[in-house]
Amino acid sequence: MTILVIAEHENGAIAPATLNTVAAAAKIGGDIHVLVAGQSVGAVGEAAAKIAGVAKVLVADNAAYAHQLPENVAPLVAELASGYSHVLAAATSNGKNIMPRVAAQLDVDQISEIISVESADTFKRPIYAGNAIATVQSSAAVKVITVRATGFDAVAAEGGSAAVEAVAAAHDAGKSSFVSEELAKSDRPELTAAKIVVSGGRGMQNGDNFKHLYALADKLGAAVGASRAAVDAGFVPNDMQVGQTGKIVAPQLYIAVGISGAIQHLAGMKDSKVIVAINKDEEAPIFQVADYGLVADLFEAVPELEKLV
Amino acid sequence: MKVLVAVKRVVDYNVKVRVKADNSGVDLANVKMSMNPFCEIAVEEAVRLKEKGVATEIVVVSIGPTTAQEQLRTALALGADRAILVESADELTSLAVAKLLKAVVDKEQPQLVILGKQAIDSDNNQTGQMLAALSGYAQGTFASKVEVSGDSVNVTREIDAGAQTVSLKLPAIVTTDLRLNEPRYASLPNIMKAKKKPLEVLTPDALGVSVSSTNKTLKVEAPAARSAGIKVKSVAELVEKLKNEAKVI
Repeated sequence: MTILVIAEHENGAIAPATLNTVAAAAKIGGDIHVLVAGQSVGAVGEAAAKIAGVAKVLVADNAAYAHQLPENVAPLVAELASGYSHVLAAATSNGKNIMPRVAAQLDVDQISEIISVESADTFKRPIYAGNAIATVQSSAAVKVITVRATGFDAVAAEGGSAAVEAVAAAHDAGKSSFVSEELAKSDRPELTAAKIVVSGGRGMQNGDNFKHLYALADKLGAAVGASRAAVDAGFVPNDMQVGQTGKIVAPQLYIAVGISGAIQHLAGMKDSKVIVAINKDEEAPIFQVADYGLVADLFEAVPELEKLV
Repeated sequence: MKVLVAVKRVVDYNVKVRVKADNSGVDLANVKMSMNPFCEIAVEEAVRLKEKGVATEIVVVSIGPTTAQEQLRTALALGADRAILVESADELTSLAVAKLLKAVVDKEQPQLVILGKQAIDSDNNQTGQMLAALSGYAQGTFASKVEVSGDSVNVTREIDAGAQTVSLKLPAIVTTDLRLNEPRYASLPNIMKAKKKPLEVLTPDALGVSVSSTNKTLKVEAPAARSAGIKVKSVAELVEKLKNEAKVI
């Protein structure tokens, strides 16, 4: 059994979610190969070779793979996949974009966002916004899977010494092209990998008030997230959204401020180790999942909390 | 140009579902069903394209039980011109749905196919991408902006780090994200008119598509319940608990 892991990378570095995906591959068992596809990704290939447990790194360096356009990357993965028992990618926006296209090309069903490996062909995944957990068995010759990063502890980024091999295959469908990118800039830790997350909801009242959360987050070394209500109201950009349709986080500590706790928000954070809720409505559903709840006005509680931590 | 929109009948997003005692699935008996929220956004986008004069005809398609006709009628009331139901009582995988949609695409030859990014029941986020692969079309997933110009479409996509814009040659597949638009409500006169719009019913057999699957659901369980938390009286007590009891700060 040999497993192919599609590396997630940005700005010439391996994304942390790749390390969780390799951990899932290790649970399945067998040799682990990593594919790095992109343009000028030699350094990423070197970094991938150092990941603990990786036996071989395939580097597909081609202008057609820049920006991970699925029309070009999926045929490459599908071509390589025939030699593997499993193909895994992190359930990031890239992984979700590319992998179903790979699965359809291979004529197999995909298993999305697994949170545990039961055996080489059986996996658990959440459905209905995390309100049910399905155990799914695949009889596909090549099992195409996306991995929810928070379900697996990351493997070490250093310590491995895999062989690096160039892949010549060039696929350019010529159907799509990259136009532009607008990336949110932030000095705080990345939301999905942060140990502490402070999130704000509609109760923040406006975007300016998020400064209270930023101050608290900076003191704690935390990332800042938001509920859909806060994003829709324009308080913060959408890449900060935590929930069923946003990012899935499972930090050590999640502090929900002015968030009622709708099903769709809980789907993104209820696997956090410790959940703190600060809300002035003591009937808010968020208190049902919170380990520590504080019924208080957030505009008094948050600055006080910032002072005390 | 012709736009095809796929819609799914799912449990209403406000319903907190319960897992059946025999772990065979979730209990959907007597539960309110609705159009998947992302599909509503897909219908809205198609209607807006028609209002702008870009789209000339909107065909809405659903794959599911007879009752999915309700969701198709809703889409017709929102502005779709005609509907197709591919009737199947079985719960189909995303790949099977994508194959059936491919057969409908071959028949209808739309220039643009709009789907939701994911259905809130299976949470798969696969069908649009699979349909794009089977049709050989380009895909613009998680769209927050769609601009058709000539023989291509510019799609702004929500990605983990922000937004990305790609240009796709038509025909193409677009899947909608939450922020693409705000769906309108159907007015009573439009609901009445929708009852007279054409609705064609097909079967997977008639389309010559096999819906067999390589996936099998062995069981469905309730997620582990969190142990009950406590309410603290003050910020000072909260900080003390986080430091000494939970040891997370």
